[in-house]
Amino acid sequence: MKSNNLKAWLYLLPAILFLGVFMVYPLIDVLIYSVEEGYNSASQTSYGTGLYNYSYVLHDPYFLQAIKNTFIIVIITVPLSTGLALLISLGLNSIKKLKELFQTIFFLPYVTNTLAVGLVFMIMFKKTPYTDGLINMILALFGKGPVDFIDGPYWAKMFVMCFYTVWVVLPFKILILTSALASVDEVYYKAAKIDGTPRLRIFTRITLPMISPMIFYLVITGFIGAFKAYSDEVAIFGTNLNAAGMNTIVGYVYDMLYGDSGGYPSYASAAALILFAIVFTITCINLLISRKQPV
Amino acid sequence: MKIRLEHLTKRFPNRNKKIASEVIAVNDFDFEIPDGKLIGLLGPSGCGKSTALNLICGLEVPTEGKIFFDDDDVTKLPPENRGVGMVFQSYALYPHLTVRKNIMFPLENLKGDKKLTREQMEEKVMEAAKTVQIEELLDRRPNEMSGGQQQRVAIARALVKMPRVLLLDEPLSNLDARLRIQTREEIKRIQNTTGITTIFVTHDQEEAMSISDMIVVMKEGVVNQIGKPQEVYDNPVNLFVAKFLGTPPINVYNGSVKGGELYIGEDKILGKDFVKDVKDQDVYVGIRPEGFVLDENLEGKKGALKAELKAIEVMGRDTSVVFKHASSENPSRAIVTADNNISSSSGEIRFDVNPKKVFVFAKDSEERLI
Ligand SMILES: Nc1ncnc2c1ncn2[C@@H]1O[C@H](COP(=O)(O)OP(=O)(O)O)[C@@H](O)[C@H]1O
Ligand SMILES: [Mg+2]
Repeated sequence: MKSNNLKAWLYLLPAILFLGVFMVYPLIDVLIYSVEEGYNSASQTSYGTGLYNYSYVLHDPYFLQAIKNTFIIVIITVPLSTGLALLISLGLNSIKKLKELFQTIFFLPYVTNTLAVGLVFMIMFKKTPYTDGLINMILALFGKGPVDFIDGPYWAKMFVMCFYTVWVVLPFKILILTSALASVDEVYYKAAKIDGTPRLRIFTRITLPMISPMIFYLVITGFIGAFKAYSDEVAIFGTNLNAAGMNTIVGYVYDMLYGDSGGYPSYASAAALILFAIVFTITCINLLISRKQPV
Repeated sequence: MKIRLEHLTKRFPNRNKKIASEVIAVNDFDFEIPDGKLIGLLGPSGCGKSTALNLICGLEVPTEGKIFFDDDDVTKLPPENRGVGMVFQSYALYPHLTVRKNIMFPLENLKGDKKLTREQMEEKVMEAAKTVQIEELLDRRPNEMSGGQQQRVAIARALVKMPRVLLLDEPLSNLDARLRIQTREEIKRIQNTTGITTIFVTHDQEEAMSISDMIVVMKEGVVNQIGKPQEVYDNPVNLFVAKFLGTPPINVYNGSVKGGELYIGEDKILGKDFVKDVKDQDVYVGIRPEGFVLDENLEGKKGALKAELKAIEVMGRDTSVVFKHASSENPSRAIVTADNNISSSSGEIRFDVNPKKVFVFAKDSEERLI
């Protein structure tokens, strides 16, 4: 028994070492940074410890803007992209011809570089002296616009941002959901058909419960992913997100470290830990809900 | 309710797209299933049993032919309007629903004047659960039950709407041997108490023979023989049916009819009164294991068929004699009563045969001659 235990730990050792060095240690380090007041990275000294960094960050209008942006993106894009992916997957699952072709088309964005896609979005939405951009041209057809989506009003920018985010995360969700739908045994549908179950009821009473673990998985990872959004914002609005008013929490952390106004690891750490707390809470709530699945 | 099939045919495009020819899963079914009986649809895997069942319940649309329930043409009716209950091989119980909700599921779909109140549903569920004796399990989930219990739930779910026809597709194949025997008797009992016309698909002949009022033996989409199990066993129409029914299986020899007498190799088995007016030709001779008769002093020293003894297997009530005859590739098996005290288990053994247990088939068509 004893030696067996030892062996087990020995097997675990590489993983534990790896996790310790690259996960636990940095986390602790961040925690320490976040409570060191007036930390000077050149001299590696600080005045003392306390919660001033948190207070500073929480009173920083840029951070508050970043929190607002992040929450808007999360609340809009996670349900929207999951719902849309479910609809598209259901469609894909019910067609017979050209199924593979459509699956490939829907999956293409996933293998495309986000920055390149961001560029395409910029061309579609940006107003320049020469052209109003594709979307504005379409809007003009209906006698609307033009709207400056990239440098214009906040709602327009947020619209582009959410549109883009949904578009980027959609392929993966479609992939997961189509395979989840395909893995539901055909025989359940046969049984339901014998009993004359209406289609909507088949969906709500059979399909949905059977793929619900996958939906929960997508929602949880979707929340986490959306809370950590940053590169997508840069792809569309450039690196100066604070000026554009489109910064996110991760963007704020990055700016505090390396941005033009950067060099504040303590503020960055405090912001990062606030994000950690938010994501942790939301994920716990999600897990609690998924455990208590009603039947 | 009786079921009548008229020239019922189902062709599928071949699953292997490279092969252009169609698969005829059900080929010109034309027979009647009497009211209130338990019918065993029997045949090897892939012979079209499930397809036939799916046609009857309405999950598949026939390529040709008609289906009548009593005098109603139901060929074009969707399954829910046919009044059928189906039990699938894998049971198809919804895993996320309790037993109660599973059984209630079909009732909740009822519309219009058939719509039931919650209390009526509960009552019907209870009734169905009582029929299959699972009242105590109503609040469990399918994965918290044994295979046999799940099977009963599936039957209850099929019965709850009081179907006119109950269809079971290989209902016992997922159960272990002991449970299988128990459950098949259970199915027989349920069929008896409800009196619902029941079609029961299986590839296990013993299963079909033991509980069916009538069996339908099919091969490659074609019905070969229909009849009471004992009749079909005693009077197979062709070599396939003869081979398919019976455990241990029938022993088949290359034989011949010469001068109005039946020969296996050099051994003259039966004479003119058996052969009657079959022309001289090469034939297959099938002899049921219980058709071998050891001579009177019970030692196997006299008899028409000479063979080499391979083994004696004592099974208590019976004794199984394994022997090899040159006219058959496989060893043969005879079942004799345990009174036969054959001393050695090698050397020559001789049998006479019981003419009732001997069948003669044409070499080419494999149709029964005698
Ligand atoms: N949907 C289908 N498409 C193409 N071929 C099918 C289909 N369903 C059944 N078949 C073919 O029909 C034949 C009979 O199948 P089935 O009825 O399932 O046999 P059984 O239930 O007796 O094992 C098989 O050759 C099978 O491959
Ligand atoms: Mg089958």
